[in-house]
Amino acid sequence: MALLEASGLDIRIGTTEVCRRLALQINTGERWAILGRNGAGKTTLLHTLAGLRRPDSGTLRLDGEALDTLPRRHIARRVGVLLQDHLDAFPASVMETVLIGRHPYLGALQWEGPDDYALARAALHAVGLDGLEDRNVATLSGGERRRLGIATLLTQDPTLWLLDEPTNHLDVHQQIHILDLLQARSQAQHKTLLLVMHDLNLALRYCDRFLLLFGAGKTAQGSAEEVLTRATLERLYEHPMHTLDGPRGPVWLPG
Amino acid sequence: MRPLLLFSVLLVLALAGFGWSLTSGSIDIGWRELLAAVFDTDPGLHARVILELRWPRAAAAFVTGALLALAGALMQVLLRNPLADPYVLGISGGAATGALLMLLFGIGGLWLHGAAFSGALLSMLIVFGLAHGRGSWTINRLLLTGIVIAAGWGAVIGFLLAMSPEQNLRGMLFWLMGDLAYAGTPLTGFVVLLAGLLIALAMGRSLNILAHGELAAATLGVPVATLRRLIYVLASLLTAAAVTMAGSIGFVGLVVPHMLRLQGVRDHRQLLPAAVLLGGSLLLIADTLARTLLAPRQLPVGILTALVGVPVFLLLLYRSRELHGREG
Repeated sequence: MALLEASGLDIRIGTTEVCRRLALQINTGERWAILGRNGAGKTTLLHTLAGLRRPDSGTLRLDGEALDTLPRRHIARRVGVLLQDHLDAFPASVMETVLIGRHPYLGALQWEGPDDYALARAALHAVGLDGLEDRNVATLSGGERRRLGIATLLTQDPTLWLLDEPTNHLDVHQQIHILDLLQARSQAQHKTLLLVMHDLNLALRYCDRFLLLFGAGKTAQGSAEEVLTRATLERLYEHPMHTLDGPRGPVWLPG
Repeated sequence: MRPLLLFSVLLVLALAGFGWSLTSGSIDIGWRELLAAVFDTDPGLHARVILELRWPRAAAAFVTGALLALAGALMQVLLRNPLADPYVLGISGGAATGALLMLLFGIGGLWLHGAAFSGALLSMLIVFGLAHGRGSWTINRLLLTGIVIAAGWGAVIGFLLAMSPEQNLRGMLFWLMGDLAYAGTPLTGFVVLLAGLLIALAMGRSLNILAHGELAAATLGVPVATLRRLIYVLASLLTAAAVTMAGSIGFVGLVVPHMLRLQGVRDHRQLLPAAVLLGGSLLLIADTLARTLLAPRQLPVGILTALVGVPVFLLLLYRSRELHGREG
């Protein structure tokens, strides 16, 4: 049984079609990249797959159960989302923010216990934010805030990770560090990843399945060999593309 | 600030506020006599002054301040806006219209409270209904609906003031500025406060998460739409109970939650009960000043809340690093 399965999925934003009759099977342990131009609907698709937005038609099943019938708390233990942007309306410390990842596991009146704090500290350590526990999130840099978002997701510890541009605001070293971390989790704990990516080469390095959104409802999916051809990518980005031989295989360059 | 220290300080402040309020007034009552009155089984004249006159007034002040501070903290999370106060969505306007209608015809007592509460409820339902509209219940839509409804009430209030005979104007103005002279028994308000605080505490962790945005809250399993409706109704009822007792006392609901945030109290499970204690104490102190400062003349307490609150808040703001933006 697929972890997350979409069938006959129609998604529209106003009059723009994101996908038409999309069938998608995301299996445990797979690492997917969603690619497409700005405005193609990558984020909207991600939100729909997370159950944050209803599809215009079609069904979504999580572990075989209809997604829209599952309580949000239940979904939150299985599916975690890294949103494109972080909103912090009121002051909160780094520790308080990373602890909210434990929300789906705690009862209404239950307080975070030593185990939750231990998980939170481990998550901060994993993204290299140790020592910043008491800092106000408003004083973090863009890259630090992004890593805090990923740490929050680590404490939430879902099975399916939906990440909207996870490398946003990160420098080259941190991009690799975070993606290595996600890949290691995926391999060691059979976590399933679905990343919205703009960097084609990073997507190629870390993902094994690709979903391409061409706009106007057209999509393609498959392995790198199947879908990441020059003709397809030029159509996807409406831009000439070239390849070079890199140390890990082909490297794509915009023409 | 450590929670234990915080709540100890706030409890001492509240007790000191009550002590000061009960011993101050036209008859001098010392602290020893106050203690005797509280614990004595045979009440003398002083004890009766305290029990029959000062205690209900002090309790009403505390409960009103606590209701406003709690409602303010909830509204700020609901609207994800640090500038929100309990009145921003027009509830006080509805209450004022009801109350002024009664004052216009010289009706007081229970009718006055009933009319104020009905006005508040009416306003709450109008905003709730209209903000839904056909689309979703966005923060801006709710805020704009509330502000426009409040402006509408403002016009009605202006009309009522213009139409009322001179001798009623003073009472009406006092009501508009917030005045505890009409408060009556605070028992109902106390019950609303207690129930409201318990419900709010049960959603405390969800409130912390909602402050990070609705989408983020939804991904963490918070039933956002239900929670927001609950916060709206709860904050509105708390505000309605407060304005029914004492008119539109400004400032407490806006500033008390921020005073606490500036001290580093951010978790709503601590912030909400702390706001209840601090809001209650602040209004109690302000009301005691209002009735003793220029005695025998009494001032509307709304003036005093601002006079006490503004310098205290500015001092906290000046000394704080909490609200400073991103560095470097």
